[in-house]
Amino acid sequence: MAPGETIIQVRGLRNCFGDQVIHDLLDLDVRRGEILGVVGGSGTGKSVLMRSIIGLQQPQSGTIEVFGESTVDRDEKDLIEIRKRWGILFQGGALFSTLTVAENVQVPIKEFYPAIGQAMLDGIAAYKVTMTGLPPEAAFKYPAELSGGMKKRAGLARALALDPELLFLDEPTAGLDPIGAAAFDELTLSLQRTLGLTVFLITHDLDSLHAICDRVAVLADRRVIAVGTIPELLALDHPWIQEYFNGPRGRVAAVGAHGEGGRGRT
Amino acid sequence: MSAFADFARDDSGGGTLRFTGDLSLARLGDLPDRLEALSGDVARIDLSAVDRMDTVGAWLVHRLALRHGAEVEGLGADSRHLFDQVASAADRPAAPRPAPQGAFVRLLGEVGDATITAGRTMYGLLGFMGATMVAFWNVARHPSRFRFHATAHRFEVVGVSALGIIGLMSFLIGIVIAQQGAVQLRQFGVEIYTVELVGRLSLRELGILMTAIMVAGRSGSAFAAQIGTMKLTEEVDAMRTMGVSTMEALVVPRTIAVVVMLPLLGFYSALIAIIGGGVLCWVQLDIPPVAFVERLRTELPMVDIWVGVLKAPVFGAIIAIAGCFQGMQVEGDAEQVGHRTTTAVVQAIFLVIVLDAFFAVFFSEIGWI
Repeated sequence: MAPGETIIQVRGLRNCFGDQVIHDLLDLDVRRGEILGVVGGSGTGKSVLMRSIIGLQQPQSGTIEVFGESTVDRDEKDLIEIRKRWGILFQGGALFSTLTVAENVQVPIKEFYPAIGQAMLDGIAAYKVTMTGLPPEAAFKYPAELSGGMKKRAGLARALALDPELLFLDEPTAGLDPIGAAAFDELTLSLQRTLGLTVFLITHDLDSLHAICDRVAVLADRRVIAVGTIPELLALDHPWIQEYFNGPRGRVAAVGAHGEGGRGRT
Repeated sequence: MSAFADFARDDSGGGTLRFTGDLSLARLGDLPDRLEALSGDVARIDLSAVDRMDTVGAWLVHRLALRHGAEVEGLGADSRHLFDQVASAADRPAAPRPAPQGAFVRLLGEVGDATITAGRTMYGLLGFMGATMVAFWNVARHPSRFRFHATAHRFEVVGVSALGIIGLMSFLIGIVIAQQGAVQLRQFGVEIYTVELVGRLSLRELGILMTAIMVAGRSGSAFAAQIGTMKLTEEVDAMRTMGVSTMEALVVPRTIAVVVMLPLLGFYSALIAIIGGGVLCWVQLDIPPVAFVERLRTELPMVDIWVGVLKAPVFGAIIAIAGCFQGMQVEGDAEQVGHRTTTAVVQAIFLVIVLDAFFAVFFSEIGWI
């Protein structure tokens, strides 16, 4: 499994709801070991793209391969082996509200590896919870008792429960204060480096894009119009991209990132 | 796939454990149990022959090293980083799991909690009734604030849409009363009293009681769920900040709808139950409809209708207020909505039956028998 190989391959994807076409002839590659940011205006189908890749949304046509295997039109049974290898953080955290944080983390482990004993599950949940930066006592709290930022971290702990190779994050920093958002970015980056993750990151947060993304894919006009580093995208003459990165907010984020020597690999 | 995780033991130099294979969650097999059962000294843990290690593997090795005071060797740069991260997370003092209490203490605690909750709920419900009264008074003083469309819509949802199911239920209940009554009365040779049985029971008690239960299940629960969801999505808060009184906008139309509709539905239910009973009398007891109606006219006192119809608005108010009150109590998460909806129905039915008992005593005391 060489770094740089394609881990997600989307070809000719078409999604529509009724008459409304969301995606048409959409192509996208995600390479192993990178953090790919996915941006696009509201309603361009960023979440729909993620849902198609993880098999929650049946596309009208097109092929999607994850780890070299198709996720379209597959039996639930066949998808299990793939599902063990990815983790997903949904927008609102999607924590199970009747379970404590520790129990939430244990759900995927119990589901896929029923032989593991409770003592070991408790130990695993405890270090996963602290690894995502939550205080240890948060493990026994219920989701309703957590703040927004803590819910995201708890959701991340659950997404990482099976030590996945691939991590999907749907707007992880939305609704967090700037300090919390920056801390979450840092956490994502540090976990990505530690665990060798590939991250598919849907975001609106320009700071996140500058700080942690290796490449950025831009969704517009029902397809991915460009993929590349931010400087590469800036060199393109597409009005939406220019507006997005060179708008007032984009410029501030760029200054911030370069001021403190952000990732910005070029 | 790669090999399962395994280890070999080398007792020279204080004991060395050499791990091989894939130290990951999917390839652990019975390794944790074997490590747990391990005895004797371990001075070094050699990971140089490990193919792949994930956080679970790192955590297991870290725990083992801590227990035996062993040193971990043979890590590459990447795995060293992973190992250190996991070790630092695992070394933070773990929070103690909240201590489980003894069964007796827990029982006492639960009884106490339930008592306090019941007391608070009754107190809150009384307060809510008061607030509803105030809202009605305000609407009466400023009729322009009355929400006509919302109320008319509730009339339809609570009343008209319920006609089908309440009619069917009442028809069947009428048949059951008549059939069971006829069987018993036949032993004394007075089957003809089945007519009075069906008529009086339907009008005084069963028509209104069964309708109240049905409306509590249909509309009381819907009120709790609607208002509860509106609380969760902060619609209720948004209304308040715009100066809209939630009591006037949400509670008053619903309460009016149930208070007005329940007597009508109850009377309708009693009529259908009598028709059901009449059909059975005709088929099984050979009492033709004309004779049935004639006997009802001569034998049924008018007060029976009043007994039924007078109770209904009170039941309606209880159902609506319990539903709205529980909806307003929703806080936190979606599970609360379900919980509060259930509570609203249980509370409404319970209170309706308690009040019905009071009414029964009251009406016999004033001679409406």
